[in-house]
Parts: sequence; C-alpha cells; structure tokens
Amino acid sequence: MIHRLLDRFGLSGAFYGVLLALALLVPLLNLAVPEGSPFHVSTFMVALLGKYLCYAMLALALDLVWGYCGILSLGHGAFFALGGYAMGMHLMREIGPRGVYGHPVLPDFMVFLNWKELPWYWLGFDHFSVAMLMVVLVPGLLAFAFGWFAFRSRVTGVYLSIITQAMTYALMLAFFRNDMGFGGNNGLTDFKDIFGFPLQAGATRNAFFVASVAALAGAYAIGRAIVTSRLGKVLVALRDAESRTRFIGYRVEKFKLFVWTVSAMLAGIAGALYVPQVGIINPGEFAPAASIEAVIWVAVGGRGTLVGAALGAVLVSGFKSWFTGVFPEVWLFALGGLFVLVTLFLPKGIVGTLMARCGGPKPQAAVKAEKAETEKRALEQGA
Amino acid sequence: MSGHGTILYLDGITVSFDGFKALNALSLAIDRGEMRAIIGPNGAGKTTMMDVITGKTRPDEGTAAFSGAHDLTRLDEAQIANLGIGRKFQKPTVFESHTVWDNLLLALKAPRGVFSTLFAKVDAAQTAKIEEILETVHLTAARSALAANLSHGQKQWLEIGMLLAQDPQLLLVDEPVAGMTDAETEKTAHLLREINRTRSVVVVEHDMTFVRALDVKVTVLHEGAVLAEGSLDHVSADSRVIEVYLGR
Repeated sequence: MIHRLLDRFGLSGAFYGVLLALALLVPLLNLAVPEGSPFHVSTFMVALLGKYLCYAMLALALDLVWGYCGILSLGHGAFFALGGYAMGMHLMREIGPRGVYGHPVLPDFMVFLNWKELPWYWLGFDHFSVAMLMVVLVPGLLAFAFGWFAFRSRVTGVYLSIITQAMTYALMLAFFRNDMGFGGNNGLTDFKDIFGFPLQAGATRNAFFVASVAALAGAYAIGRAIVTSRLGKVLVALRDAESRTRFIGYRVEKFKLFVWTVSAMLAGIAGALYVPQVGIINPGEFAPAASIEAVIWVAVGGRGTLVGAALGAVLVSGFKSWFTGVFPEVWLFALGGLFVLVTLFLPKGIVGTLMARCGGPKPQAAVKAEKAETEKRALEQGA
Repeated sequence: MSGHGTILYLDGITVSFDGFKALNALSLAIDRGEMRAIIGPNGAGKTTMMDVITGKTRPDEGTAAFSGAHDLTRLDEAQIANLGIGRKFQKPTVFESHTVWDNLLLALKAPRGVFSTLFAKVDAAQTAKIEEILETVHLTAARSALAANLSHGQKQWLEIGMLLAQDPQLLLVDEPVAGMTDAETEKTAHLLREINRTRSVVVVEHDMTFVRALDVKVTVLHEGAVLAEGSLDHVSADSRVIEVYLGR
C-alpha cells in the first residue's frame, strides 16, 4: 500500500497526507470518541504525539544542514531550547499575579531571588507577538553570529561539530546559573494559560497538536523549496566537493550561513511549540546528549530526505517512551546500540533504503555509498 | 581572441611553506589567446603556481595581475573564478551526487548570490548553452547520469565542460590526460585546441607525447622558478633541462 501511495503522490504528497490525517483524526478521536472506547486517544497521548512532532521538526531542521550541506551539528538542541525559552518567558508573564508569591509582575523565581524588577531582556515578552518574534530571532541571530565566524574561517568537519557541541554546552552552563534570570536549574514552569485558555485543558492540547502538525508541514514546505532550488544543488555540491564549488565561483560560506540560519530558526519554532505541550523548559534541553539524540533520529530515518528525519524522530522517540518505561536504566545503551546498528546495516536510513528499493529518486546520501561500491568493483576487475 | 597583450602576469612570486620555498621569485607571462604548456619534475611548484593564480594560496611576495587590472593576490577563490579564471584539478572533481546536466547548470555563468540561486530558473538560452557544451564534451547521451557513475575519462571531460560553462577567459588545466586511454588523450588534445580558439589555456602536464601533440610554447619549472622557455624541441635540447629530468 505504501508502494502504491508513493507512486501516486510521491514522497511529499504522502507526507502531507499523513500530516493531514493526523491533524483531523487525533483531535477527533480524543474529543468525539468516549473515553471507554478502544478508539479513544487520551489527552496525555495527544500531548505526547504533539511533542514527537516538535522533535520531528527539529530533526527536519537538522537534516537540512547535515543531510544536504554536510554540516554535522551536535548542538542543534541549543536553537530548539532558545526558542523554547522565548515561549516559556511569554508563558511566565501570562501567569501574572497568580504565582505562589502573588507578585503582579515578577515570576516566582525572581521574587524568591529577591529581585526588585524585571531584567531588561524580559521586557516585552508579555506580548505574544514579541515573544514569537524572539522565538525565531534569538536562535537565528545566534546561528548567524556563530556561522559567520565559523564558516568564514573555513572550520569544517569534525572541528565544526565539536564547536557546535561546545556552544550548546556553554549555553547549558550559563542557563544553569540563577543570575542569568531564566530560573536556573529549575528553568521555567508552572505555566497557567495562553490567550486565557488553560494549558492543561483538552481543547488547548488539541489546538497545540494541530499547530505542531501545521508547523511541521510548513517547515517541510520551506525545506523542500530550499533543497529543490538551484541553491539546494549548490548546497549538495559544496557538501561533496567544497573547493570545487569555490573554484566555479560560489562563496560557499554564504550558502552555509543561509541554510544554517534558516535551520536554527526552524529549530527555534519547534522548541516554542514543545514547551507548552510538556509544560517546562530547563537547561537540560541544552545538554549535548539531547542534540546527539537528534542526530540519531536523522540517521535512523535517513539523511538528505527530510521526510526520513521527521519519521526517525517520531519512531525513536516513541521507542524511547516505551523502552524507558520498561528498562529505564539501559536507555542510553539502547540508543547507542541503535546508532551502531543503523550505521552498519542501514546506512541510508529507513526512508533512504525504502526509496532505493522502490526505485524512486535517490536520496543524496545514498549516492556516495553507491559510488564506493562501484569503485570497489572497478578495482576488483582491474586486479 | 581579438584582443592582444598579456592576460596573466606573474612577477617575483615567492611562496614558502615552513621555510621550504615552493615558488622562488617565479615570473611568467601568458598572452591573450595563447596556449602554454608547463612541465617540470615533481615538486617544481606547478600546483602551487595554480594555487596562487586561483586564490587558494597567498604568496609571501610578488604580484599576480589578471587582464592588466586585477590583483589576484587580494581576491578569494570565488572572486577570481568570477573574474574569468577557470581551473581543472588533476584528479577529476565533479559533483558526484548531481547529474551531468546539473553539474553543468551549476557551473553556468549566472548570478552566484544566495538569493539569486534560491529563485533561479533555467531559461531557454541556458538550456541551449548546456546542450551545446554537452555536445562539445561528448556527454549528450549521459546527460541524466549521475556524475558518480561516469568513467574516469568522462569525468575529466565533464570537468572541462563545467569550465566551458563558466565561460572563463583563462583556463588552468592540471594534468588533463593522467589516467586516460590513448583514444581519450587524443580527443582531449583536440578539445583543448578547440577551447584555445577563444580562450587562453595553461596546461600543466607530465605526459611528453601529449605536450608534443599540443605543439605550443613550453615553460619548464624547476625548484619554484622558470628554468627554460620555448618550443619543446628547444627546451629539450637545453642541457640544464636534461640534467633536471635525467641527471638524478
């Protein structure tokens, strides 16, 4: 059936179709089907699926830079978390005087720390529009500044990966400090409502779920537009032969900077949708392990396919939810094992392998593996 | 080429790596419309010279002028490429995950900015240009093939085709026939002569039969400087050249 769907609508059509079905079915099964029914989807499940979709969007953003441009970011969680914090700050301001200490303006943690007024960087976050602007602007600006220096100095490969990891680690340490004004270790939590709708209510949860589906569809549309344009071809070109790309006249640092910044903004939006659905944002989201997990999602789903990244995020996260319930202590071993197995036996990832089977358009990452194979054969013949 | 004068002028170029002088006050002038062969033993500085001309390496001393006006030592690779200097690497480097067609499309002379490529569309003139180049480099039948699946010789031609698409005034070609069959070598010599009708070409080559087939002025490099210059017969009669090539 998958085969026939793919033939008929292509991978993109199938992806949009699945998203549309999710957006319609999940709220329907949650709100219209009575709780006793086996078809009922619990409100907990709605929020959980919404969370997975945010992860899918982060994975898609990561695939844009890793799969198509060869930049292996081990710190994409930083952009996700910054978007999350921007949303969290808005939700904190929405609490108003209903906090434990009842202060009219200051969030509880600031009252607790004896702060007298809001720090300047919290101003304006009571407006939803300002907060939403910051959701894309803060990760975007950080990525732009980081990329400006890194790509101009031609830092590439594993060195770049290590710097991205250092970046997210430094941010984690910074956000752990109480003086930063972001709630330190505890982060931001105890949110009450958004636009006056309580966050815990089923309807709000469904609304966020649908918003997450829409955001993922939008991110996919943007990603497709980029990778199918001539700019997308330049990205793949510089991934495979960077100096050749320079010698035919492209300033590769600008192309990297563009896609890197777009990717960070998408990750920020994903983080902003994630926070209200899980009800908390804390410095743990900056942990390098979280970013590495995102890399594994993309590897499992299939690099350079966009759809694969999203699928990988949902599958691995679903597996994690089940696995950590059964054997919580060994999750990291399972995750590491999964990465090793995928690298050894499924180097193109799930979607990449399926596409090769179905004879569809080849994902970019698969081509290299194939070429190595051809060369090997040529060598054997030569010998 | 109608214009006369010097297209490329190198004067006193010195490049040292950790004290080792890869180029030692190298001076060289290429005329507009000229084809020049550069030969020399390993380590003579042929590739470093290419690196200096294309902006990959900055010289410690010396000037490099293109078309009399542009100081190449102050520009980066992309700027130099856009001025009209194309470079072919020794090992064929094409974009393996792209089709032959897309390789040529990317190389085609067109705005190279981020946003102009994001919204770029292929127009009829560009299609015609690509078709023409495909014909020239004998790859019309392989247009939709992935570059990764081409033979070694085809990759070399594709790379030359990409250079043609760039529409450069000066072409630097590093060992174009290394690893080619005799038939392919012959085709390549023909192709280069064809290209030379409208552009200046600098060929770095080891293969003496090929250099003889090109039948152009030869410059011999040795230890980062010019040792001899003239016709192939002239330089091969030079005792210092014989010593450098055979005396070890």
